[in-house]
Amino acid sequence: MKNRLAQLRYAFLLGCTIPYREASYEISARKVFDKLGIELVEMPDANCCGLPVDPANHEMMLALSARNLCLAEQQNLNIITLCTGCATTLRKTNKMLKTDKKMKDEINGILKQIGMEFKGTIEVKHMVQALKEDLGFEKIKNVVQRPLTSLKVAEHSGCHLLRPVKYMDWDNPEEPQTLKDLIELTGAQCLDYLDEAECCGYTVIAIDDKVALQLTQEKLNHIKEVGAQALITVCPSCHLMFDVNQSRIERAFNENYNLPVLHYTQLLGLAMGMSPDELAIKELRVDPSKLLQALP
Amino acid sequence: MTQAVAETTTKNIQPSRLDPSFKNEVLKEHDGETLKTCFQCGTCTSSCPTARFSSSYRPRTVLRMAQLGLRQKVLPSPTLWLCTACFTCTDRCPQGVEVAGVLRVLRNLAVKSGEVPAIYRELASSINETGYAYKIPEIRHKKREEVGLPPLPKPKAADIAKLVELTHGTRLLKR
Repeated sequence: MKNRLAQLRYAFLLGCTIPYREASYEISARKVFDKLGIELVEMPDANCCGLPVDPANHEMMLALSARNLCLAEQQNLNIITLCTGCATTLRKTNKMLKTDKKMKDEINGILKQIGMEFKGTIEVKHMVQALKEDLGFEKIKNVVQRPLTSLKVAEHSGCHLLRPVKYMDWDNPEEPQTLKDLIELTGAQCLDYLDEAECCGYTVIAIDDKVALQLTQEKLNHIKEVGAQALITVCPSCHLMFDVNQSRIERAFNENYNLPVLHYTQLLGLAMGMSPDELAIKELRVDPSKLLQALP
Repeated sequence: MTQAVAETTTKNIQPSRLDPSFKNEVLKEHDGETLKTCFQCGTCTSSCPTARFSSSYRPRTVLRMAQLGLRQKVLPSPTLWLCTACFTCTDRCPQGVEVAGVLRVLRNLAVKSGEVPAIYRELASSINETGYAYKIPEIRHKKREEVGLPPLPKPKAADIAKLVELTHGTRLLKR
């Protein structure tokens, strides 16, 4: 029992995108985790995971993410993230440094200059993986007080929750299942749609916004076609594309989607009986009031 | 985003324009070594989300050009930066080529040769100054306090600057 509880205590790596643009994800996650008995320990010295600069400088990414790993090792805690980008980056660095001695020595040579050393004593999980493997579906079922049975939604897991498989080796990226299961635990129905596992396009929006917005638009089309009332995401960057940029996409393509996009933690919070205000639902850009009225 | 990598097919290449050392530079890097097993099946391009909407970005073509040694066609091309890093190409490659990894190696080499898209200067400079990829405005800190969120992590500035310097991240910084 003690061991089990220990597993539900994590070093919490917040990342950059959530505090910059997506506070509602953090607010709702903290509320929901608290009720689920998941303890978040702050990482007051944490930095960017490194992913944003990986395309330009791989070594800089490795050093930045390794520094975060070292901080959690010092806290003797596994890391949990809400951002899929942070999750894939830290899992990748963690596994590479654990298995590739040459790379480990190289990075430790750099870390030594700031008084740190990567030892390889912890694990990293995104919230979705942690909810499945560490908490377990049964515990979630038990806290659902208001099943959202009339609700039909779609999921977008996001590439970095599931790829590359070499490091994100716990679900099937061609047919993601875990987020669907988590959604159905709330009582809502999760609909299948075309090209469900496709990318949202976020990472290239600053290079070519047309390509990025087209990718999101195509997904919005497919989601609308199956009659989903909302989209559920688990990544701040994907959420930016579908929620914050939805009006921009509507203008650019002369379409009207009006599709609310909720963080999974908001959906679960509603099913747990929390109020929309507690879950910072009013911070969503696409007005969810119609959706909220339709809830049981 | 004018010049397209795919404009260059392998048909009209003058041997004098090839740089055999280019391939070796790629093979030397982590993930880059897998370039040698690419047999041009096209699974990467057919799986690529960007390729469906971009008229120029074709991962298979970029890999072939790298194998041939077309340094001057590959590195300066803005198209190189259109990879979304979704890793579908890597996961589906029947040859085990780290396609997204090779493309990252190529972009890293482009940076070393002085080609840095503005957004990467922004991101790296922000990390160097604050530890965050984006500069978090003061109002967000205040808002956190108002809604009862704990203060944001504040990484040791000297640590971050040292890491940036030791990994040659300084060449990414805004000038």
